Amino acid sequence: MELQGGEAEMIYAEVEGVLQRHGLEREKLIPILQDVQSKLGYLPKEAMQQISEALRIPEVDVYSVGTFYNQFRLNPPGKHQIKVCMGTACHMMGGHIILESFERRLGIKEGETTPDREFSLERVACVGCCALAPVVVVDEKVEAKVSPIRVDGILLAFEIESKKSGEIEKLVEEEGRTQ
Amino acid sequence: MALDNGIYIPHLCGLRESERPAASCRLCFVEVEGLPNPVTACTLPVSEGMIVHTRTPRVDRLVRTGFELLLSNHRLRCGKCEKNENCELQKIARERGLKLRLSRLRPLTTEVPVDESPKTFKYDPGRCVLCGMCVWVCHHQTKVGAIGFIRRGISRKVAAFGDVPLGESRCTECGECVRVCPVGALTFKEKFWGV
Ligand code: SF4
Ligand code: SF4
Ligand code: FES
Ligand code: FES
Repeated sequence: MELQGGEAEMIYAEVEGVLQRHGLEREKLIPILQDVQSKLGYLPKEAMQQISEALRIPEVDVYSVGTFYNQFRLNPPGKHQIKVCMGTACHMMGGHIILESFERRLGIKEGETTPDREFSLERVACVGCCALAPVVVVDEKVEAKVSPIRVDGILLAFEIESKKSGEIEKLVEEEGRTQ
Repeated sequence: MALDNGIYIPHLCGLRESERPAASCRLCFVEVEGLPNPVTACTLPVSEGMIVHTRTPRVDRLVRTGFELLLSNHRLRCGKCEKNENCELQKIARERGLKLRLSRLRPLTTEVPVDESPKTFKYDPGRCVLCGMCVWVCHHQTKVGAIGFIRRGISRKVAAFGDVPLGESRCTECGECVRVCPVGALTFKEKFWGV
């Protein structure tokens, strides 16, 4: 994932802080990763490399832990977070087809974030409304009985919204200029 | 181990040099008199007067199932494999009269690409049995630490940091991992065998 302006410095400073708080023992690796994630929202590669250097362990060992536990994410959360339910009921009702539709439409795989950081896609376990299977949770909103067509609909709505807000911004800007 | 005395116990992951065996392949089961359940031979220190049975119905059942589980996500194509005739899986099958094909389980193989990026060797994740020997030598013998296990469950695999091709990783291409791989997952490219 490309870092945005100033992000590298921010990551470096936050990781330094976390490392200082925990000390540099290998046993602290998991609490360190947890803290870094809660500060940054995810575990950037740069952070994992910095941690591996500080703890003097191979970087692949940090990556190994980071990819093993479900609680860690390796990509920044998108502006809109799409969670596809893969619980038993949703799985039976074709949850993986929905996941694939999102993957195809967004051009990313499950667990990834689009390069513009608009959307992140993940799979989750049962969200508790199996009667509505297959379920997708978009930001906080529950989408019921989702079909591939609905996937297009959900993404289209966001597109229109962002276009609108872009237009409004433009209008406001123009207004500012004419005044 | 029994190997020194000419008794064969199937094993994929046991490394003599390792202090704490990973015991991940689950093929080296034996029954020991006085212990209620079969144990993995690689984690069991020999003691005076110990009576070990390497072939019992319980052991055979465990090994048969463990072996089939390993094959269930293995790209079985021995005729096209560099390790054909020199493969630990084939050896185990021969020693224990097991078949190199699935009878009870569904195949779970996916067509994963072979990593051809290193100059001297290649890595086929579809043939990896996750024994961990390559990871061990890379960490403890060569002290490079380029490869490790990543992810979990069915997506678990041996990879470098960031899951980049090995040729773009910190791998020095020393080839030690290739020498220990018991199967056709890490193999030298044609002209580099034996160097
Ligand atoms: S690694 Fe062994 S069992 Fe697997 S395909 Fe190659 S020769 Fe056959
Ligand atoms: S690549 Fe070979 S040595 Fe490494 S874990 Fe897989 S089977 Fe074992
Ligand atoms: S399985 Fe998807 S909501 Fe329960
Ligand atoms: S050699 Fe004992 S579990 Fe693999």
